[in-house]
Amino acid sequence: MSNPAIAVQGLTKTYGKTEAVKGVDFQVEPGEIFGFLGPNGAGKSTTINMLCTLARPTAGSATVAGHDIVRERDEVRRNIGLVFQDQTVDGYLTAEMNLRFHAEMYGVPRTATADRIHQVLDIVGLQDRRSHKVETFSGGMKRRLEIARGLLHSPRVLFLDEPTVGLDPQTRAAIWGYINELRRHEDITIFMTTHYMEEAEYCDRIAIIDQGRIVVLDTPETLKASVGKDRVQLHTVDDAKAITLLKERFGIEAAIHEGQVTFAVASGEEFVPRLFADLKVTIRSVNVARPSLDDVFMSYTGSTIRDAEAGSPHDWMRAMVRR
Amino acid sequence: MTVETTPRIARVTVPRRGVRHDLRAVRVVLHREILRFLADRTRIITMTLQPILWLFVLGTGIGALMSGPLGSQGPDFRTFMFPGVISMSVIMTAMFSAGSIVWDREFGFLREMLVAPISRTSILIGKCLGGALVATLQGLVIVALAGLVDVPYSPLLILTLAAEMFLAAFTITAFGVLVAVRIKNMQTFFGVVQMAVMPMLFLSGAVFPLSNLPSWLSVLTSLNPLTYAVDPLRQAVFSHLNLTPAESLMFNPGISWFDWQVPVGVQLGLISAAGLVLLLIAAIRFRRAD
Ligand SMILES: Nc1ncnc2c1ncn2[C@@H]1O[C@H](COP(=O)(O)OP(=O)(O)OP(=O)(O)O)[C@@H](O)[C@H]1O
Ligand SMILES: [Mg+2]
Repeated sequence: MSNPAIAVQGLTKTYGKTEAVKGVDFQVEPGEIFGFLGPNGAGKSTTINMLCTLARPTAGSATVAGHDIVRERDEVRRNIGLVFQDQTVDGYLTAEMNLRFHAEMYGVPRTATADRIHQVLDIVGLQDRRSHKVETFSGGMKRRLEIARGLLHSPRVLFLDEPTVGLDPQTRAAIWGYINELRRHEDITIFMTTHYMEEAEYCDRIAIIDQGRIVVLDTPETLKASVGKDRVQLHTVDDAKAITLLKERFGIEAAIHEGQVTFAVASGEEFVPRLFADLKVTIRSVNVARPSLDDVFMSYTGSTIRDAEAGSPHDWMRAMVRR
Repeated sequence: MTVETTPRIARVTVPRRGVRHDLRAVRVVLHREILRFLADRTRIITMTLQPILWLFVLGTGIGALMSGPLGSQGPDFRTFMFPGVISMSVIMTAMFSAGSIVWDREFGFLREMLVAPISRTSILIGKCLGGALVATLQGLVIVALAGLVDVPYSPLLILTLAAEMFLAAFTITAFGVLVAVRIKNMQTFFGVVQMAVMPMLFLSGAVFPLSNLPSWLSVLTSLNPLTYAVDPLRQAVFSHLNLTPAESLMFNPGISWFDWQVPVGVQLGLISAAGLVLLLIAAIRFRRAD
């Protein structure tokens, strides 16, 4: 029906020798919450910088709200709201002054400014702090203020670059509350990046990005269903022996992960009885988990998102890769 | 929860870019500069104390050295230094204001401005006007000390000084901004400022009189743009003092090109033109920056 909110073809950005983004293609439909999921350095922020006209693509093209990001910068800027990964509020100014500054920069009609500021402060629950200096805010409050500011001029597309990183679970939940609420009330498309798996599940569709490439793009449910294997974690009296035996008896590559013997296997529940019967090591506890997005990430990239950040994939993860 | 009860938000429409929109941006950038200046008490205090130290410590010291050959009835050396100290204060404040672009870049706020649907030039114009206004305010604090060095409080003098300080400060901020647009951290910026501004300051007539200089030095001083920012201030102050012609020649020689005495009007014109050119170059560089 309507045109895509974001359409990207072969978008590429190189910094000197670093290929930060290596030709990505995707489309985001209006009203969608679209997530970019990937480890540090995957190219998430670089993609956002290009889409919001701050960085010029080395190759490829994209439109945001129907406007070309290189030839129609001003049109793109009028239609987007941004919450950057790093803080961009002015601590010397009050919350209200930060918002007023934004309203003036975006040419929000003067008659509407006060109402609009009131409304966005309500959304993020900062009404009682409006005349406090932002330097006295906690990290979470600053983040909420940035979200309020990003919404102030009624953008059609809102970019959120890791909006919840470093926040406590309550604040994270609250921010997700605002985002869901927003979607219900405003006619808005949300493009967000994260490296929290739990958060990616809130998105309508996610693209997994690793080393500048989109590895896979689909709904969280479809992605999880595509993995097909469950994750089994064991506590045993002798983990090293357990790993050796798993390999010998079942041909399974296991490894210590999060302090437990971990491996992937199809239909985990049915495998557990065989394990007790044949593994000649005393098992203290067993945990079988349905595939999570963590497993999806691992299955498509060969490492967990945290290990990708640490830089070394484990064997058991490779074993999980179908193909 | 408040979230549940939020009423539907009235949509607003961001206007297409136009001059009025850009002017609003200029105004709010300027407004922010002033709010930030007023919020930074320490900066106001140090920026006020520093010139007072120059005036009363250095001024008194050098004055004592010079009292011998000049005789005791000549003008107080601090009176000579007064316009110079005003200029130093204006120059330093203006450079500091220009540095706020680097600060904004370092602390992320610049991106908030860069993604706004306005011309980048309006950000720079706002910064330059803001810097000029703040530096003028700071300069007026020094002007308020006039009585202590026997300069009369004449409304005309104060107005003239304010206008001249504003012009000079605008140009100096524009110069600072030109330096600042591509610099990524404050240390580098202040390094460059020290390298560039200190020698210019010393050769501008702000610290010692430009009379009786060896010819190579007087060529340098007349090539130094700051000379044209300082001289109008000095002319204004000295026109309100009663001096003998010999004293005037010594302490207020003016600027001459070959044998032509450059009038204050021409100096102010040069300063304004320089300000606009610097702003233009800065805008071009700023627009190209990624
Ligand atoms: N301005 C720049 N100059 C040089 N290299 C850059 C620049 N910006 C990003 N890069 C490089 O591009 C790659 C991708 O960086 P990017 O910031 O897009 O990652 P990211 O996915 O946002 O990571 P994170 O989760 O850590 O935020 C990295 O290798 C980074 O070093
Ligand atoms: Mg990033």
